[in-house]
Amino acid sequence: MELRAICKQFSGTLVLDSVDFSLKPGEVHVLFGENGSGKTTLISIVAGAYRPDGGNFLFRNEPVEIFSVNHARALGISTVFQEFSLVPQLSIEENLFLGAEETFGGILKKSVIRKRAQEVLERLGFSLNPSQQVAFLSRAEQQMVEIAKAFRADLSVLILDEPTASLTDQETEQLFTLIEQVKAQGVGIIYITHRMSEIQRIGDRITVLRDGHKITTVDADVSEEDLVQLMTGRVFDQIFPDIAFQPANRMLEVRDLKTADNTVRGVSINVANGEVVGLAGLIGSGKSDVARACFGCSPISDGSIYFNGELTNGLSPRKMLERGFFYMPSDRRDEGLVMMRSARESMALAALNTPEFSRGVFLRRQEEIQRLRYIAERLNLQPANIERVVEHFSGGNQQKILIGKSLTRKVKLFVFDEPTVGVDVATRIAIYQFIGHLCEDGAAVLLISSDLPEILHLTNRVYVLCRGVLTAELQSDNINQENVLRHCFERDAA
Amino acid sequence: MRLIKLAFVRLGVLPFLLLIAVVIFALLSDNFLTGRNLLNVVRQSTYLTLVAIGQMFALLTGGFDLSVGTILAITSVVGATAMATAFVAMPDSIPFVILIGILAGLCAGTLIGVINGIGVAVFNVSPFMMSLGMASVGFGVALYMTGGIPVYGMPIEFGDIFGFGSIYGVPTPVAVTLVVIVIMFFVVNWTRLGRYFYAVGGNLKAARLSGINTKLTLFLAYVFCGFMASVAGILLTARLDTGEANIGATMPLESIAACVIAGVSLRGGVGRFENVVLGALFIGLVQNGMNLARIESYLQIVVIGLLLILAVVADQFRLKVIASMQDY
Repeated sequence: MELRAICKQFSGTLVLDSVDFSLKPGEVHVLFGENGSGKTTLISIVAGAYRPDGGNFLFRNEPVEIFSVNHARALGISTVFQEFSLVPQLSIEENLFLGAEETFGGILKKSVIRKRAQEVLERLGFSLNPSQQVAFLSRAEQQMVEIAKAFRADLSVLILDEPTASLTDQETEQLFTLIEQVKAQGVGIIYITHRMSEIQRIGDRITVLRDGHKITTVDADVSEEDLVQLMTGRVFDQIFPDIAFQPANRMLEVRDLKTADNTVRGVSINVANGEVVGLAGLIGSGKSDVARACFGCSPISDGSIYFNGELTNGLSPRKMLERGFFYMPSDRRDEGLVMMRSARESMALAALNTPEFSRGVFLRRQEEIQRLRYIAERLNLQPANIERVVEHFSGGNQQKILIGKSLTRKVKLFVFDEPTVGVDVATRIAIYQFIGHLCEDGAAVLLISSDLPEILHLTNRVYVLCRGVLTAELQSDNINQENVLRHCFERDAA
Repeated sequence: MRLIKLAFVRLGVLPFLLLIAVVIFALLSDNFLTGRNLLNVVRQSTYLTLVAIGQMFALLTGGFDLSVGTILAITSVVGATAMATAFVAMPDSIPFVILIGILAGLCAGTLIGVINGIGVAVFNVSPFMMSLGMASVGFGVALYMTGGIPVYGMPIEFGDIFGFGSIYGVPTPVAVTLVVIVIMFFVVNWTRLGRYFYAVGGNLKAARLSGINTKLTLFLAYVFCGFMASVAGILLTARLDTGEANIGATMPLESIAACVIAGVSLRGGVGRFENVVLGALFIGLVQNGMNLARIESYLQIVVIGLLLILAVVADQFRLKVIASMQDY
């Protein structure tokens, strides 16, 4: 498959400018670039969701024009998008063949569908029950169904858009084995990711995009530094800042915390001013639940939470915010931002009841605008228009808006839950620096993350959770990949 | 052309519909564009304007209120009954009698809003079922109280002041509505509560994590809605000079239509207050224009329904245009 000089514009803005791209059978071609560099647009064109404004599309050495996603599917081009296209209320088999059901005179041939679903799942080595409802599956399992969907017909090109974003390390391994398998069958794979380690692990060639231009195509053995430089056009000595930790008095102390839904069972942690404490663990280990329980947004059944020396069991998020506890949720669309309102309103939301933003019941709109302009500038929001609707910002900038929420009021303890999920490297660096500054200014920071390098490089203490139980507390020198990972998994007969 | 596009994106479809309507009706009837008739339009639209403002609060939080018609009816019946009874007991103190009647009506109407609010905010009943249920309850109570017969016996001054009177040349209903518009404009745009309505409708979970009392906000949206509708009920009762159980049947559709035409999203979180007032005026204008153009009343209902759908289609198109404009 080959793309020549592909152009695409949205209302006058050139999103892709003469991009060439080729894919050989049996290779993994990584698309790499910052958010907004045109990766998604490019694969949308390949997948038939958009039509290019210029350029040629060659498929098996013949020019083709792809009219729709279905047309692309018929040619053997399947895409697994970041956002799942599954219907939660339907079963796995119904989802797999949605839109391509086998019928007999309009009546579904259910047994044939079940048999074929079973075949596909078996071929891929997924241990899933085809009659199970998708709503009950974990995110990783849903991802498997999504991938299986791509395999329901004959496949020649598979497009994976950040497939590991929601997978645990174990599940990621499974996916990589699968990719190897598919490669061996001669399928070409276009792979989008932000994770350096994955590129080196499975990539054959890498194409770097920046601002809609193709920068270069290189073999996968380039160094990490070179890649970052290619992508951003800048040289970075280091992704992670050096943070000067000065642990002082304890801000948060949690003793024997148990949550009502049993996701956390007897966890004790503490966080002091002037330090960044990491909370590591696999997905489902209960690491977010600890923070959520402390913030008062999920109920606890036992234990005690002391914040700034005060027992705060059972206080509402509002009361915790007033005391200077800020929790930044991991899912910005679902829990963080009001997508259809302006950036200004989303950021100011948590602080409207402070004297800085309102007098009595009335809002101080001038002050609000001034304050938020300043915050937007500090976070380097792009574009720097605080009246723009959140939905229209790129993912990295939406994350900045979410972080901006914490700057609107006085905060003593910052809890960041997966602060860099789905964020490009430049924004990532900005967020890390931001966290470093907070800590050096004397705030307490609790960093919850599934991204191991983040935990290793930013924290001075790490708690590791496994299935709702604390398995380790590591101090600065003992924080390394091996130690953290070892405690993430359950030990036999422990 | 670019200017029109920008205006469309900024203001929505409503200004264009207004313009088209004025031109068409001005051509169809010579009487349409007279000061007298336009004042008439404004006066006739006041009831719908009040209800639409209330409806907007429910819509902003992502719900809606189908019981607004019933609230009008129960306000009218309870207010008129209380006033007539008090008038018999104290025929000499008319201002006091009127006050009792108005308060009784407002309390009864707002009570339905309170019940709606409790159902939606505390018991998580879907706004559709809650307000539909209360519409049936309220209508039943209103009919039961009156046996379906209009309530007479209110002091004549009530109708003279609140129905047909005027303050400095402005009809009383219009004056009352103007005061309400000004207050509500401030509530929506300049108070925390106003902002919270948008936030709760836009993303309930984010609002909760931002320390907002989401249950209270939802509850207040329905209380506001009930109160607005019952103010309209009082004014309409004064205009009719009787308490009627059968008024307001078209209010749920028309108030939602006014909001949607004004660009309020049915999914919550989006909508401008000023446009809702214009939206209600627009519907009043179209009805008046069709009357002048002698369009049959049954056909008028068809036109209102079609306009509603047209507005939604236009709004979808607008979202598409916005999505294609990169830096908007």
